[in-house]
Amino acid sequence: MSTTVETIIIGGGLVGVWTAYFLAKRGRSVIVLEKESVGAQSSGVNFGNLRLQGRYPDQYPLSLRSQDLWERLPELIGDACEYDRTGHLYCAFNEAEAEKLAHYAKVSRANGIAIEDLDRSDLDKRFPYMGGKVIAATFSERDAVANPRLATPATSRAAQALGATIIENCRVTGIEARNRGFELRVDDGRTFSCTHLVNSAGAWAADIAARFGETVPAFAAGPPQFVTEPVPYFIGPSIQTIDGSVIARQIPRGNVILAGYPRTASDPVANRAPVPPHKTLAGMTALARVIPALAHASVIRVWSGIEAYLPDMIPIIGPSHAIPGLFHAFGFCGHGYQIGPGVGLCLSEWICDGHTPTPLAAFCIARFKSEVAVSEKFKAEFDSGGQSR
Amino acid sequence: MKAIVVGGGPAGLRAAMTLAQHGLEPVLLDEAARPGGQGYRSPAPGIALDIAALMGSQKAKYERLHRQFEAARDTIDYRERTSVWAIDGHTLFIERNGHTNVLTFDSLIVASGATDRIVPLPGWTVPGVFSLGGAQIALKDQGALIGRRVAFLGSSPLLALAAKQYQATGATVAGVFDTAPFYAKIRAVPHLLHAPHTALRGLSYLAQLRMSGVPLHFGIEPVRIEGCDRVETLVLRDRTGREMHIDCDAVALGYGLKPETQLAELAGASFAFDKSFRMWLPVIDADGRAGPDLYLAGDGAAIGGADAAEASGTLAALALLADTGHTVAQSQIDRLRASIKRLRRFQRGLATAFAWPHRDAGALPGETIVCRCENVSAGDIRAALGVGLIPPELNRVKAITRCGMGRCQGRMCGPALQEIVAAQSGAPVATVGRLRTQAPIKPIALSAAEMPR
Repeated sequence: MSTTVETIIIGGGLVGVWTAYFLAKRGRSVIVLEKESVGAQSSGVNFGNLRLQGRYPDQYPLSLRSQDLWERLPELIGDACEYDRTGHLYCAFNEAEAEKLAHYAKVSRANGIAIEDLDRSDLDKRFPYMGGKVIAATFSERDAVANPRLATPATSRAAQALGATIIENCRVTGIEARNRGFELRVDDGRTFSCTHLVNSAGAWAADIAARFGETVPAFAAGPPQFVTEPVPYFIGPSIQTIDGSVIARQIPRGNVILAGYPRTASDPVANRAPVPPHKTLAGMTALARVIPALAHASVIRVWSGIEAYLPDMIPIIGPSHAIPGLFHAFGFCGHGYQIGPGVGLCLSEWICDGHTPTPLAAFCIARFKSEVAVSEKFKAEFDSGGQSR
Repeated sequence: MKAIVVGGGPAGLRAAMTLAQHGLEPVLLDEAARPGGQGYRSPAPGIALDIAALMGSQKAKYERLHRQFEAARDTIDYRERTSVWAIDGHTLFIERNGHTNVLTFDSLIVASGATDRIVPLPGWTVPGVFSLGGAQIALKDQGALIGRRVAFLGSSPLLALAAKQYQATGATVAGVFDTAPFYAKIRAVPHLLHAPHTALRGLSYLAQLRMSGVPLHFGIEPVRIEGCDRVETLVLRDRTGREMHIDCDAVALGYGLKPETQLAELAGASFAFDKSFRMWLPVIDADGRAGPDLYLAGDGAAIGGADAAEASGTLAALALLADTGHTVAQSQIDRLRASIKRLRRFQRGLATAFAWPHRDAGALPGETIVCRCENVSAGDIRAALGVGLIPPELNRVKAITRCGMGRCQGRMCGPALQEIVAAQSGAPVATVGRLRTQAPIKPIALSAAEMPR
């Protein structure tokens, strides 16, 4: 006996559960099929940054829409998920980096984001704990953080309360396009059919796209991350160096979390996301350089994640170009957390209304039909320019 | 051929000595300042402590191990105060005196020892509550007592031993309170006969304590520890349900030992659930092989006590030597295998006689702090399970509650977390998973980071 539903979402990450949330809110029938548990992969283990400044320029309409959702979490899902409007400090070590910062600030301001330029004396006044090697910074007040371990499960619960069905520990083993819709088989033998299919399966999504002839050069990786023991709370904003060596924040209970580049290849088949210890050491050195007062804090745990990256370092969001009714949302290249709720909203509009008011043409999967330019970020932020498969 | 032994207890010392006897020049990494591990720890220099008297009937073995290691020291690259915080392939990441470095190996013997298994109880975070092992370290390393009037609570043969050592050093023993009923000890007799001397020694400790007027209670139920800045009262319930209020200023908690398996896990060992110990143990063959170029010995592989640790350290070294083309005596291997098998069977008997009170752990009152590092209560864990964590899985509960995420990385709270999750969800304990290990094995200061060359 096959279960029939309007929309099936493969992948219970942040994008999948927010899509389910908005569909259920509009009274649409929706099932999320998650091979493990919701938010178990990069949605749950990412750094937790809701950064607005320095984003890919074409992403701002989506990003701002998403930030608005993050700011209304208690109203939307009944849980703040430790959302904290900390602001975000973007830091430069030298003149070349300062120029890059100025460029990012210009793009951010053009999109309506308030950015403050800070020189060294401003930093001494407002963020005196910043190490002397930082020569300039920009501060974005609206940027925030939220706990990634909580956000996806909380959204999943809210979606279920609205009528969505979330099925965990359920791996999709077969997908076929049939009768203007799709038929799916899962590992326990159950079958499902639907009109709309959302592929938000993270590092496992490219295989699903490939079944419909849409091959993309995605590969799995994750940044080395660590957390220190709790130390007295003194760091307000998220702090990021433009060279990527430090992305750090302190949570109110005192722990300092760090992520940094270069990223490391992870293994979606064996479900392993290694953290090479020498990268932990590099992160420790880099963090002590930016915030010297942390030199005596101890690292207590490291982790990484399994996230899909694409060579142009921007995600795939939108309808399939191979088959009607299929939508892709994956390859978030390490910046999907902030836009996750917004992507879910846009996908729900596509499914319900046939279009979304948010411009998303830049993220079309069809761009991979021709040669895609490799991003400078891609070259800089991985061990060896990554490896496509 | 570079062999590294991690751990300076009886297993690690015997492993290093055996390798050296066969012409290898092993590196021996010891987190402690002096060789001996926990059980055979020697006091810090200048401490006026008659350690030999403290060792009692174990004195001869203690002295022989230290004497033989001293004699072999020139042939072993012994590095004290050196901890391994990560392993990547055949590279160890070490920390010593606040600096990091790397060491590569061809073969690795991990003899990482054990730590206390704890059942929390309300009030166990009040100053003056120690793990039983901690209480013994304070005494053996520094000649210090955790209190003047000390209660020993739990389910472990080491309770009586530690109580006796404390009494000999001048503390008043407020009582030894065993959560296992006495009949469990009778039932375990067939197993205990695998090491009759050890069993008799345990009984003699109890007898000596009773002779000196120390209250001994079996089958008790821990209720709470009271006190504000310091332990004042231990509250228990006896078999008849009557509450007992024990006046004391310190409590030592011990529910047996659990292997320190983090290094083994990072080195690639696989794990299987052991029903009689109710814990996940690394999978090893009879000689301690746990994977390519990886050997485990001592209590870090399987709880067996000091004699088994010495024997399994020697045996793991012989296995390493045989695997790398050295000639070793098969008769010695056979003898060690038999002895280890017998000693570990005895420990299985102890696991019956001094049962891990998993029902008590699973039924802890909601307000009990389970994870001291992150301040997570039993109620918090149950609440997380209540929002649809299906199937229940420890790492998910950890992600949501932070239980096991702190400084000790679940060493203290892990066993209780496992029981609470299993009891609350009704799932068999073997199915609720196992807290995954991540580097660093022990906290490491940012200032220690120096890029290895």
